[in-house]
Amino acid sequence: MRLGVRYLPIVLFVALLGVAPWIVGSYGVTLLNYIGLASIVVLGLVLLTGVAGLTSFGQAAFVGMGAYTTAYLSTVSGWNPWLGLLVALVLVTLAALVLGWITLRMSGHFLPLSTLAWGLSIYLVFGNVQAIGGQTGISGIPGLSLFGWRIESARHFYYLIWLIVLVIIWTVHNMLDSREGRAMRALKGGALMAEAMGINTTWFKTILFVLAAQYACVSGWLYAHMQRFVNPTPFSLGAGIEYLFMGVVGGIADLWGAVLGSGLFSLLRQWLQDQLPSLLGGSGNFEGLVFGVLMIVILQRAPEGVWPWIRRLDPTRRNIALPFAGPPAAAALESRRKPPIGETVLKLSQVTKRFGGLIANNAISFEVRAGEILALIGPNGAGKSTLFNCISAVDRPTRGEVRFLQRRIDHADSRSVAAMGMSRTFQHVRLLPRMSVLDNVALGAHLRGSHSFVASAWRLDRRQERRILATAWEQLERCGLSEQAAAAAGSLPLGQQRVVEIARALATDPCLLLLDEPAAGLRYLEKRNLAQLLGRLRSEGLAILLVEHDLDFVMELADRVVVMDFGEKIAEGLPQDIRRHPAVIEAYLGGVGDAA
Amino acid sequence: MNLDIALYLGQNGVTLGAIYALLALALVLVFAVTKVIFIPQGELMTFGALSLVSIHSGHAPKVVWLLVVLGVVAALLDAGQLLRHRQGSRLAAVLAGDLVWPLLALPAAYLLPLSSIGYPGQILLALLVTVPLGPLLYRLVYQPVAQASVLTLLLLSVALHLALTTLGLFLFGPEGSRLPAFTDGSFTFAGLPVDYQTLWIVGLSAVLVLALFGFFNFTLYGKALRATAVNRTGAQLMGISTAFAGKIAFTLAALIGALSGILIASTTIIYYDSGFVIGLKGFVAAIIGGLASYPAAAAGSIFVGLVESFSSFWASAYKDVIVFALILPVLLWRSLGSHHAEEDEA
Repeated sequence: MRLGVRYLPIVLFVALLGVAPWIVGSYGVTLLNYIGLASIVVLGLVLLTGVAGLTSFGQAAFVGMGAYTTAYLSTVSGWNPWLGLLVALVLVTLAALVLGWITLRMSGHFLPLSTLAWGLSIYLVFGNVQAIGGQTGISGIPGLSLFGWRIESARHFYYLIWLIVLVIIWTVHNMLDSREGRAMRALKGGALMAEAMGINTTWFKTILFVLAAQYACVSGWLYAHMQRFVNPTPFSLGAGIEYLFMGVVGGIADLWGAVLGSGLFSLLRQWLQDQLPSLLGGSGNFEGLVFGVLMIVILQRAPEGVWPWIRRLDPTRRNIALPFAGPPAAAALESRRKPPIGETVLKLSQVTKRFGGLIANNAISFEVRAGEILALIGPNGAGKSTLFNCISAVDRPTRGEVRFLQRRIDHADSRSVAAMGMSRTFQHVRLLPRMSVLDNVALGAHLRGSHSFVASAWRLDRRQERRILATAWEQLERCGLSEQAAAAAGSLPLGQQRVVEIARALATDPCLLLLDEPAAGLRYLEKRNLAQLLGRLRSEGLAILLVEHDLDFVMELADRVVVMDFGEKIAEGLPQDIRRHPAVIEAYLGGVGDAA
Repeated sequence: MNLDIALYLGQNGVTLGAIYALLALALVLVFAVTKVIFIPQGELMTFGALSLVSIHSGHAPKVVWLLVVLGVVAALLDAGQLLRHRQGSRLAAVLAGDLVWPLLALPAAYLLPLSSIGYPGQILLALLVTVPLGPLLYRLVYQPVAQASVLTLLLLSVALHLALTTLGLFLFGPEGSRLPAFTDGSFTFAGLPVDYQTLWIVGLSAVLVLALFGFFNFTLYGKALRATAVNRTGAQLMGISTAFAGKIAFTLAALIGALSGILIASTTIIYYDSGFVIGLKGFVAAIIGGLASYPAAAAGSIFVGLVESFSSFWASAYKDVIVFALILPVLLWRSLGSHHAEEDEA
């Protein structure tokens, strides 16, 4: 029954869609068709902007490519429209891949800038190539037929368009609620962390950009066959900006926001086009002024758009953090074979890192073995963080070598190191604050799953997904946090967030755990719990490398301690020896008196 | 193509390039200080040019009313904010800052004998009615969300572009216009006729580029602006107001924009919506310079101008497509050269 209530709004919406053509009249059906076509494009923008934190002003160009490809092939070449769709999708995918490949490796604003240029250029090409009709365009495009059904009238198209809208919403919803979907949701604000979990962020950005382009292409294809005629006008850069505007109005972070935004925008434009000319006098598209100002106000005052307000009306969704139903009924994923206790896991030899003239690390050597905690300590500016980056393959040492499980990793990237079984936490907690704790931890198990987003979109991944969640659950239990599994990660106190980071690192099934100042900012009790947890992990055979400032914490916990100062290793040994080591005392106390 | 045509196209390309260089500089400047990708730069350009057209023909430029409206809205918002934070003592100074330029520009536009103040006077008046738009737009559009991501700021820019283009149609009408040259006539250089106006354009651009370079490298304000660009919080802790830095950057951008509009309108017909495409070409040039370096952006601009000039000879319908397509190989080259340093954006 609970389930029924949750899905009630959707059922109502679909039922309303089903009967709408019999209520709104033929003009209304046409308007709803345009809203549906726009929704398809805006859904792609939700993926690109809402999920990946990128954006594109050139979606109208992809719509145009879809429309023009099928228009040309179905008239001049006399091809079947469905074949036209296939060719259009291939062309659009290629274009998006090239644009994405070039721009997505750089910072976020290069993609939108290049799509501006792209949107303008394609529009000019449509208008100037005489083979596709120039400014006049192409007319006489046939309708569609599917298994003998003819789709020709506005009402036929209405059902086809909205069926496609619903299928896209369903599949995208499924896709985001999966292994690769979690990785996609990490793109916005968590890219560095995602890379450390072995997630190829550039690849996922590319996928989302290509998907957005493909949705736009489908919309254009439908448009061409519904309209029976194409010319360049609807594919201008201005149209591309309008799609983005619809997303922002509706709520760019939510799939339903896309539909809502398209609807609101289309109705508003209709109304403005009726009212404004008489208000301002003269002809011209003065609605641009209203849209522009409205968009500025929305972006300033309600950057999440209108959808969150609508959502609040629904009492069943008011509680975002539903109590978690319990552990998933599935076995955790298989673990990799771990090195036996006492075996060397990590070995640094003569690692040197220079930044220009500055030597941040000078010829550092040490080892970490399975089943021990090695603490790396030193005053501020000792070069600990630089060394940490060299080990976790965020940075490359200038000289020397780093071996992990006997293999050299000093020229590997952080993803491949993660795949080999090295996992880390961050000095400044990097969780996705709005995602549940369980999902955050499941992100760590990304590399242990295999289903692609396509399988997820059609729910073919559920068995593996349950096992991934079971694995995440198991790690949360191991860290004593399973009660918080359903809470939003950002709602936890800092101490627990640090533990979630450790659980996420454990979900990668590591042989070596790198912890960057895990006790920083923790209260006494939280520190003690953390120490107990790390002690347990050590006894289970994990190798742990700890960079820490808190000397009391380190001295009680660590098996061995390496001390750095001014980029040099000044001491290595058992905690009790390090306490009395003259060089260490000098480094910490400046050589004055003796340490009590 | 013979040598004469090539030389002519080259001269034309360098002229265009000089104007794009100005735009590119303004874009780099605004981006560096505020992280705003300032797409409406093109509109400021057309506003400057078309205001001068209207002044030159003896009519008061209607843009001045936009200036007044923005000034009043900004004053109201500022007053509300100050009163809420109980800082009423600063009220007079802040309101004066918001309203002084609109209140100067309005009577100037309507009371001055427009046709008898001479072309330099008319240019100054055109600058007076358009340049204050820069800081006011920053105050109203960007400052409330100055800490937002580059993406949000970019969306704001696009929205502002949309609003300003529509306003442009409303204020200036759909007809295209041209401006007279600063100095008529031409001279022959190495067998090639060179317009005096070309010298004006190239010379003014060069002066402005050098002035900006000097401003950023040798003055305290310039250094403060650069500090804001590198680290907002740090600059704030050092007593540099980021809002002030933003307003300065936008004032400079508007000044450069209006000037470049006036320059380009002396070489070609300008419509209310011409600014966008011209501004985007400035962007192409700025991207070639990596949105960071002034000399590189200037060099990129000359390159873009030359490409445009020569492609208008060979394939005039596609000259814009060719210019915009330029950014693909440029971005590719940049992305291959760039280190994969991922920076998180909230």
